[in-house]
Order: sequence, then structure tokens, then C-alpha cells
Amino acid sequence: MTDANDNLLEVRDLRTYFDTDDGEVRAVDGISFTLKRGETLGIVGESGSGKSVTNLSIIRLIPVPPGRIASGEIVFDGVDLLSLKEEEIRKVRGRRIAMIFQDPMTSLNPFMKISRQIMEITRLHLGHSKTEAYEHAIEMLKTVGIPDARTRVDNYPHEFSGGMRQRVMIAMALSCQPELLIADEPTTALDVTIQAQILELIKTLKQATGTSVILITHDLGVVAGMTDHLVVMYAGKIFEQAPTAELFAQSGNPYTKGLLRSVPDPLKEQDELYQIPGLPPDVAHLPPGCPFAPRCYRAEEICTREFPPFVQLAADHFSLCHFAAEVFADSGEPAAAEQVTAR
Amino acid sequence: MSTTDLQLANEPQISAPLISIRDLKLHFDLGPDVRAGFRKLPSWMQIALFLVSVFLGGLAGMGIVAMLDRRELFITLVLSSVVALVVGSLVFYFLRAVMVRLVVGKAAHSIVKAVDGVSIDIQRGETLGLVGESGCGKSTLGRAILRLNEPTSGTVFYADRDLAHLSQREMRDHRRHLQIVFQDPYASLNPRMTVGQIVREPLETFKLAKGSAAEQRVQQLLETVGLSKRFSKRYPHEFSGGQRQRIGIARALAVDPEFIVADEPISALDVSIQAQIMNLLQRLQRDKNLTYLFISHDLRAIRHVSDRIAVMYLGKLVEVGAANAIYAEPLMPYTKALISAVPVPDPQIELSRRRIVLEGDVPSPINPPAGCRFHTRCPYRIEACEQVVPPLVEIKPAHFVACIRISPDQPNIESIAPGEAPGLAAASAIN
Repeated sequence: MTDANDNLLEVRDLRTYFDTDDGEVRAVDGISFTLKRGETLGIVGESGSGKSVTNLSIIRLIPVPPGRIASGEIVFDGVDLLSLKEEEIRKVRGRRIAMIFQDPMTSLNPFMKISRQIMEITRLHLGHSKTEAYEHAIEMLKTVGIPDARTRVDNYPHEFSGGMRQRVMIAMALSCQPELLIADEPTTALDVTIQAQILELIKTLKQATGTSVILITHDLGVVAGMTDHLVVMYAGKIFEQAPTAELFAQSGNPYTKGLLRSVPDPLKEQDELYQIPGLPPDVAHLPPGCPFAPRCYRAEEICTREFPPFVQLAADHFSLCHFAAEVFADSGEPAAAEQVTAR
Repeated sequence: MSTTDLQLANEPQISAPLISIRDLKLHFDLGPDVRAGFRKLPSWMQIALFLVSVFLGGLAGMGIVAMLDRRELFITLVLSSVVALVVGSLVFYFLRAVMVRLVVGKAAHSIVKAVDGVSIDIQRGETLGLVGESGCGKSTLGRAILRLNEPTSGTVFYADRDLAHLSQREMRDHRRHLQIVFQDPYASLNPRMTVGQIVREPLETFKLAKGSAAEQRVQQLLETVGLSKRFSKRYPHEFSGGQRQRIGIARALAVDPEFIVADEPISALDVSIQAQIMNLLQRLQRDKNLTYLFISHDLRAIRHVSDRIAVMYLGKLVEVGAANAIYAEPLMPYTKALISAVPVPDPQIELSRRRIVLEGDVPSPINPPAGCRFHTRCPYRIEACEQVVPPLVEIKPAHFVACIRISPDQPNIESIAPGEAPGLAAASAIN
């Protein structure tokens, strides 16, 4: 925060709206965060919380219409990405900011050999010749741990298993040595042992290349060991933002608390699991006050009436809650833990 | 969970299990693989087959030569060789398919051994967690118990009857007591039926209630699973994933079953909703003394809901034991890796943990590896692992492991000298 040059990415008051038949959907509604060079930022949220739309907004892949970025700035290395022309953003996308998606099968072209798909990027962005690009593709496959890379490079995507396909995706994403890697649920479609492989791979590659990473996931276990900072999203807003260790140790938001406690700990035996009652909200029809109020154990009358403030709890720790300070101080159990209902 | 534990503890251990599965197999036959089958033919047959095809092809080519005008040498030559080639290869493919079918028969078939010799008891009132990676056969095992897929061989004893060998009609009567909750709450509910009709259908099928009695029962079931009874006139698409899963549970409960296979019931749901469904299932178990087979790839969830856990790998059970024992002290190398791979929602623990990262992927269940199926990825493999199929051995009390490198006297694989396999003798005796 002290030195502006430390910040690789600054998102300021980003608002991405979609115009639908059902009215305006505020998928992302006024979020701000910064990512320092070499850091890993985790964005956690349930489906519909706006975490993927945030990611797509950063690389300007929001379909317009129906989507539009209503306001905000996305400053990447000193340049506002939202002010760039389409040709200019294309030079950033894939070259300086790369992405990995959840489902590697749908993001690879099934009719093209892996080699051509990786070569396409480096020939476009780095101006490689055919042979240079081919050798580079093999090199990248070796880096991500694909055995027998020289023969595998000429295979088609269907000839790879799910974990191997995700490795290919990572090889593609890193082939231009991007400064920022956005990984959107990179391990959700994979088995546990393969998930461990991929997470270890991202970790080691990040250390080797110094790439900053944004890791988007719904799994609190995954972010615990992978990230430096965390952003918790709900209904298109940031509910809590803190260094990872601090957020897990002392959360200042009822939603985060509930989320943390509703995941069974594999190392401990637990009695009944804490559950957040109710359902995630319909983002098209949000209540006037705090969007989490109907499900919140701490909610009072003011929560349904007024939108909560974004309270600073520590140097780098913010929470969107009327009672943030109290929740933060109360490191004990949420009051409602005892009266768990099935609803 | 605590009440269930108490009940289990109070029950005499000799009480018969609710369901007793013995050597259950379910193989999917993908049909003959002619090319692979051809390689299994004796070599003289292969050569003979080839020669016959060449001979018949040549004969056909000569026939063309004899028929055509000899003066058009070029056309005759081209045409006859084309005909010879086509006829020859057609004869070859035809004869090959016939010979493989006749001589090699079943051995030439590609067979997916989804469930391959599973034996386990499920006790009354317990939750048995079945865990494994995708494609290991855990869902197929659940479906085989209920005969939703027909088992190839083996027995499933329930109420003194072998479910695997009942007629369809007899099986239908038993289905009243054996229900299933499916993974995908979107695909498992008929979109053209209202929630009321969906929950009511099993009542009518089994003639348990009619008219207003059925109506009342439906409303009561909806309330049991935490849905408003007003919902019975609505259609599935009006509900979220978690609510649909509740509808699926209500449908399973309608017939008052004893045993429910929960096939990945929470995998498709959001984190905060997963906790709700797990709690609901546990509450219902307490209230109705249900027995669950809880199938999941989520190792955190399965530990939370299960009393005992069975770990499956490529169609076989590799470790069975109390949930706590398996998590505190996994003995089989695969289970060790699996449990070390689960991300823990605690940064302090995550940073200090040692994670066993397995090499490679799960091999194909078509022609799985010989010997121990895990040997291709096992960091502790020795040569014998490639030949000997490890049986499930009781290494510690009520803790069964399939691994020849450990034995009841030496249960810790890490403290065993390289190359030694104390369980080998026992395994060889069984094989």
C-alpha cells in the first residue's frame, strides 16, 4: 500500500451489471482490492456471488450486451484496462494476464493438437517462429510435469486425462510468462489426489516465475494453504477482506464465520455441523439492507433497513457489517450455533 | 451422530448386519475388441487367416483379369488389384471377427471391472462412507446393491434374502425398504411432475396410502425435510439445488425405508447448503433409525457423516475401518495419500503439513493393473505387488487393509525395511 509500484493490480469500485428480462442484475457491485507483485489473492464465494464475473471483468471478457461495466477502474501495472481499446487489451490478455478455467475440456479446442494451441499463443504474442514455438511448447509441457512431452505435444485434448488437461491449460497460460495468472476454480472438476498435484504445481511455478496469482474458488481449504490475501464475496459485494492467516484466525464478518464453520474439518471429529440457514439470494432482487441479513445470526432491525458500512478492523482487514467490530472482538462461537434448525 | 454411536455401542456386536455383501462383482461388457482378440489367437491361425484372405483376394483379382479385355492392360491391372485388395481385406476382417468370436470368445471382450469382488457388512443404524476417486466404481457399487445395475456375480444379503438373485418382481417388493438419493438434483426429478406428485408416486406404487391420506403424508414428508407444505403444487425448476435435494430425500423417505444409498448427495451443492443437507440426513437417521451408504469423493464430508469408512480404488475395497481410525492412522498407502491431499481450512496447519503427492492418474478400469491395482502409483511398491492381489486383512481390530507390505504385527508401512512384505505369506495363502 505504501509504494504504488508494488501493486500489480488495483481494482477500484468495479461495478459489472447485466441487463436481463428480470431487470438489472448487479453481479459485481462496487468492489475494490489490490494485488501486490508476487502475491496470491484468493477470491472465495458461493455460486452467484460474482467471483467469476470479477475475473472476467478484469480481462474484459464480459459479453456486451447484456453485460456492461457500469463504473470502476482496473489499474494493471499503472494502466487502466477499462480505458484500453479492444486491440490494446488483446495484447495484454494472454500475454501479461493469463487465465485457467474450471473445465479444461471446454476451454481447449478438441480439433487442434495441443502443440498448435500452445504455439498459437507464443507465435502471436512473442513472435516466435514455427520451430521456436514448437520447442517452447515442449519446454512448457515439461515444466508442468507432463511425462514424455515430445510425443505428447502432438496429441489431441481428448487423449489427456482431466488432470493432464489442466496441466496443459497451465502450460498454455504460462507460456508467455504472464505477470498475472487468474485461476478460476482450477481444481473443482478434479479428484483429490489430482487436485493436490495441480495445487502443488501452481505453487512451485509461482515461486519459480514470480507470477502473481488470483485464485478463485468456493473451497476454503484450498485457499488456506495457497493464498496471502483473501476476499470473501457474497451477492456481488466484498463481505470481508484480510490477510489469509488473519481471516482464518479472527474473522470480523458473520458470513465468513458461518462459512468457515460449515466446512467439516478433516482432522477433527465434530458433532453437528454449523449451518448457515436459508438460501443464497437472488442477485436480481436484493433486499434493501444487508443482502446477508435474512440468513445472519447477528442480524438486527437496522440490517434489513440500511446497507452496512465497510469497516476497517485492522491495518489490512475490512468487513461489511453493521456489527463488524463486535463480531471481530467476539472470537467465540456464533450465538446461533446451538439453535441449528433444518431450514 | 453421538446418539447413533451410543446405539451402536449398546447393541450386542454379534447382531446380524443389515446388509451383507459377499464378493460382489459388476462388470460392464463393452463387446469384443476384435483387434486385441486377434493377437490372442494362436499364431498358426493368424497366418492361416492372412493367407486365406490373400488367396481369396488374389482369386477375385484374377477373375477380373479373366473377365476384362486383355488389350486395355493398364485399366485391367488397376481394376484387378483394387478388387483383389478390397475383397482380400473384407474377407480378412470378416474372418477375423468370426474367428475371434469362435476361438477367443469372452476373453476378447473389453470389460470394465467397475466393481470387482467387494465384500462388506453394513450394520443396522450406521453410516458407512464409501469414498474414492471418480471412476473407482463407488456409485456402481451402490447401484449394484439396489440392482439398479445388474451385478455380474456375488451376493447381497438383506433380510435373509439374496437381493442379487431375486426375480424382478420379488426385488420390487424389497425396494420399499431400500431407497436411493441421487447426486444430481436436477436430473433426478421429473420436470413435468409437481413436487407433490413426485413425493406421492412411491406411496401409490407401493399402495401405502391413497387420496387425502396420501396428501397428508406428502405434506408431512415435506415438513420433515424442511420444506414448506405449500410447495407441493410447484414444479422442480422453481427450486434451488439444495431444495431439490430435499425433495429427492422426501421421495426416498416416503416408503419408510430402512436403508438409503446416498450417492454423492451434496457434491452438486454450494458449501453453505452442503452443511444443511448433511445435518438433515443425520437428523433423519437419528429420528428414523436409518442406515446409510454414503457415497462421496469429498473426504471432509465423508468423515463428518460416517461411522465407518470404506476406501475404494479401481473396483476393489482397499481399506475399511472406523472413520476416526482411518483419518487418524491411515494404513494403506493410497489412503495415506488421499487423506494427506485433503485441503484443511486452516492456514497454520496447511503450511506445516506434509502432503503425499501421488504420481500419475488412476489407470483405466478396462484391463486394470495386475496384482495390487494401486501399484502403478504406489511409492512403497515392490516387485511382488505387481503379481499378488492383496486381500483385505484385519490389520488392527476392525480395521481392514489390502496391502501385502504390512501385517498385523507390523502395521506401519514406513517402518518396514525396503523390499520386505510381511503380509505376503498370508496373501499367497488366500490366493
